[in-house]
Order: sequence, then C-alpha cells, then structure tokens
Amino acid sequence: MDVKSTAGFVYWLFCQFELITCSYLMEPWEKVLFYSFNLAAAGLLLYAAYACVAAHLGSALQLLWSIPANPRDNALAAVK
Amino acid sequence: INHIVHNGGLYKRPFNEAFEETPMLVAVLTYVGYGVLTLFGYLRDFMRQWKIEKCQNATEREEQKDFVPLYQDFENFYNRNLYMRIRDSWNRPICSVPGAKVDMMERVSHDYNWTFTYTGRVIKGIINMGSYNYLGFAQKSGACQEAAAKVLSQYGAGVCSTRQEMGNLDKHEELEKLVARFLGVESAMAYGMGFATNSMNIPALVGKGCLILSDELNHASLVLGARLSGATIRIFKHNNMQSLEKLLKDAIVHGQPRTRRPWKKILILVEGIYSMEGSIVRLPEVIALKKKYKSYLYLDEAHSIGALGPSGRGVVEYFGLSPEDVDVMMGTFTKSFGAAGGYIGGKKELIDYLRTYSHSAVYATSMSPPVVEQIITSVKCIMGEDGTTVGRARVQQLAENTRYFRRRLKEMGFIIYGNEDSPVVPLMLYMPAKIGAFGREMLKRNIGVVVVGFPATPIIESRARFCLSAAHTKEMLDTALKEINEVGDLLQLKYSRRRLVPLLDRPFDETTYEETED
Repeated sequence: MDVKSTAGFVYWLFCQFELITCSYLMEPWEKVLFYSFNLAAAGLLLYAAYACVAAHLGSALQLLWSIPANPRDNALAAVK
Repeated sequence: INHIVHNGGLYKRPFNEAFEETPMLVAVLTYVGYGVLTLFGYLRDFMRQWKIEKCQNATEREEQKDFVPLYQDFENFYNRNLYMRIRDSWNRPICSVPGAKVDMMERVSHDYNWTFTYTGRVIKGIINMGSYNYLGFAQKSGACQEAAAKVLSQYGAGVCSTRQEMGNLDKHEELEKLVARFLGVESAMAYGMGFATNSMNIPALVGKGCLILSDELNHASLVLGARLSGATIRIFKHNNMQSLEKLLKDAIVHGQPRTRRPWKKILILVEGIYSMEGSIVRLPEVIALKKKYKSYLYLDEAHSIGALGPSGRGVVEYFGLSPEDVDVMMGTFTKSFGAAGGYIGGKKELIDYLRTYSHSAVYATSMSPPVVEQIITSVKCIMGEDGTTVGRARVQQLAENTRYFRRRLKEMGFIIYGNEDSPVVPLMLYMPAKIGAFGREMLKRNIGVVVVGFPATPIIESRARFCLSAAHTKEMLDTALKEINEVGDLLQLKYSRRRLVPLLDRPFDETTYEETED
C-alpha cells in the first residue's frame, strides 16, 4: 500500500471538502468552529447508528436463529 | 445544431451555440456552499453588532441607528460577508501596458482582504487572459504608438471643450469619416466614452410613447440609457427569437397600455457579442423580424467590432448582411482598437440629429487627440490602408486562436458557454470557494484571469472569463491551457457530461420550459 499517494489522495479529498463547503475561505477560528460542529454531528450520527441499528440488528438476528433451533415453541409462535 | 434549413435559409454558415445545463449535483453543492457562507455571515454580523468583533465596513453613525437601516439588504450582506473573502481576485493593480503579457504589483492582506499592502515586488510576464485586447493593439511600440506620440506633440493631450463648443478638431472629422467608411454606413459620430455613448444617446433617440425591446442580458449602459429615456421597456429572453416575435406581435396588436394607440417607435436593443455568455446575436432573424414588424434596430457591437468577420468589420459582416439593415450601429473603441471611446454609425439624417441633440455631444468633453490618432491608425491597419497585411493577419490570428482555445477547453471537459466563434470564453466555476481559488491558483502559475460572480452573473452561475487576443502566440495559449488543465484537475472543475445538447428548434410558447431539448 503506497502510503504517500494514499495520504496525498486523502489530502486532496479534504481539499475538495474545503472547497465545496467554503471552509477554504474561512478564517482559522471559523474553521475550528465549523469542523468541530461537523465532527460533533458526525459523532452523533455514528452513536445513533451504533445504539439503534445494533439493537435492531441484534433482535432481528435473534428472531432468525430461533426458527430452526426450537420447532415447537419457536419465535413465530411468540410473534403470534 | 445548424439551423440553416429551419430558418428559411437566413444563415449562410452554421450557428453553433451551446449553453450546457448545470449538473444537478453541482447545483446542490453550490447551494450548500452558499448556505454555509450565509450562516457564517449571520454569525459575523451578530458579532459585529454586539461589538464582539471590530466592525470594519461602513455602518450608520451612532445618532442614526434608529433611522431606517441602510445596510441591511442582500447586496450589502453579500458585500460584507462573501465578496470580502474573495476580494483579492479583483482590482489587481497592473503596471505595464496590458498586452499579451502584463506586469502586476504584488499585494498581500493581513486582515483577510479588508486592507491591502504592497510588498513592493512586481510580478513580471503574467499571461494576460483578461484584457479586452482582441486584435492586440494595446502596444507601447509600433505604428499606432508613433503616430499617437506625434499627434501628442502637435495637439497636446487635452481638448478643454465639448464637441459643440470649441472641441471639434479636424482629427475628429477625419476619424468620423474613416469610421463611416470602415463600417459601410453613411455617417458616424465618435464620443469620448463607450458607456456614455449608450446611456446618453438612447434618450435622444426614443422617449415617452416609444417601446424598447431589450435582451435579457444587455449591458448596464444599454439598460441605463433605456431607463433614462422614459420609454416603456419590455424584456425578451436571451437571443430567443420566438420571445421577441411574441413581444412584437403584442406591441403591434395591442398598442400602448391604456390608450391603445400605436407605439411611436419600437426599438430593439441587442448586442453583437454578449460578454458574459460569449454568445452572438442571431442577427439575420432579428433583421427579418424588424423588417416584418417595421421597428428599428440598435446594435451594440462593443465586443464584436474588429473581432468577428473575415475582415474585422463586426457581426454584420460575420453573417454576410448589409449594414444598411441596421438602423443604429453602435460600438466602442476600447476593445479591439486599443483606445477609449465609442461611436454611433447610421444614416446621415440620424447622425446629424445626434450631433445636435445628444447629451454626450453637448456636455461631454471631446476625445483626446492622441487617442483619436490611435484609433485612426488601428482602423487603417485593419482595413489594410497602411500598406501592410498586418491587420488582416491579426483578424485571422484571432479567429484561429478562438477556435483552438475553445476546442481544447471543450476536449478537456470544462463547461464552456457561448458561440464557437466568439473570442470571449466563459468557463463555468459555479461554487463560491472555487471563484477565489481559481483566481489565486492561476495567479500563482503566472496567468491573469478575470473571475466573475454575483451580481454580474446569476448567483449559482459564477464563471471565469477568458478574452483571447491576436497577440497571444500558440505557445502562450499552450502554456495557459496546460495550467488551466492542472488547476481544473486540482479544483475538480471538469463538469461537462459531454452530451451535445442542441438548442430548441420548435416555436417557443407557454408550454415550453427548457431552452434545450433533452
């Protein structure tokens, strides 16, 4: 894996992000404010994904595994 | 793409004009960028009002804070918060003749473009892609310069009077006869300033009770002249002949709004080349419409005189039409002739009337003699009367440069607006940060470009405008193209989806929404 070109590519992507959101034009303290807001929003999104999606996925998988395991009182009866 | 058959054989050559549509993703991202900047603009305004930050822009005095606010509208908000951030791309001071290469004074800003200081260094040899120097007559040596210097030593620089009083020199008479011969009209009159030619002469030609049909994208001088005249103004869609015909029909059928009387005069205002779009007016169709509905045509050839046509006589020659069909031919000497000023050409009665009744003739100082001599020499050069073929060669060089440059840019994948033959090349940038970034990156690579944003263009359609010149050699164009390619890759400006979108061919009515067929 070519570290230099990957790092260069990531930097170029960051520059594109800067250009699109106009943080290229902002003063340093505005950039700090903007990036911290963006990181906070991204962090919140990831936590929401972890907290909710993981729980839903867990219960969905539980439902799926319980069908072949116990044919008599299986999950489908529980759902009914 | 060529409308030769569809318009009854009015066009003798293909008319290739294209305005590629903005890609949806680019438009959305542009709005995102403007949204972020607007939010930060509100934040900065809040901080300025509550004195958290020093206020460096113009505000009302303390005693007037309770009066009607002066700086709250969108233009001032845009000025304070968006324009200030990218202001270093404009008003750059140059310190040499604006030929194919120019020297620029370097300046830096330590407080984010509120104030500038000069470092004292001069950046030499910047390739000039922004000056209106279509035929390369902006020179400090050569026949034009020598003739102007001789006249300067004969007549001096100032005239100290208006045309009607004591300012009518024999040089002015010579110039007007020459311009009339160049254009193929009966008579012409020259004025000291191109903007003033439009804004001061349209009020002399039309007044209340007349109708002006003006193109959507007309220059500020035409708009100002139309508004000053007091006539009724109706706007038709840019270069759209169906829209113009509909307006003409309505005007003839319904007459003036309340009284239903016929209009005293109907004047159609169009430009030869529109400098922000790079499009050429559909002159054969406009003249056909004008003859059918018995109205008058005012053609502003500011950018097209000298730049179009096989011998440089403008858009009328480009289409192979007769100059007698255009009632008022106006143009400027600023762009192709390397001087300053404007002219109006037409029938002798019209020009004699303007000599007496034009505000510019009565009140404005007449043209300075060295400038007049520069124009005389350059017009003679273009016509070939100075005994050389330099003029002809320049016109051909400009046409070659135009075709080459446009073809290469389109191949690279940029969105380029306008007609294939126009020397004005707008390259679309769209996003606000890219406006500033493009200007700065090109200057770093020693190329001077003009970037344009709101309010000269619609807010999401910001562009970089290249003005080609006959003075650009192929090597200079190749260097410029290489750098534009690099900057285009760096900033991701190659938006074109390479779909050839033909312009609308069927009649325009209330049910058509798009100008282009998909």
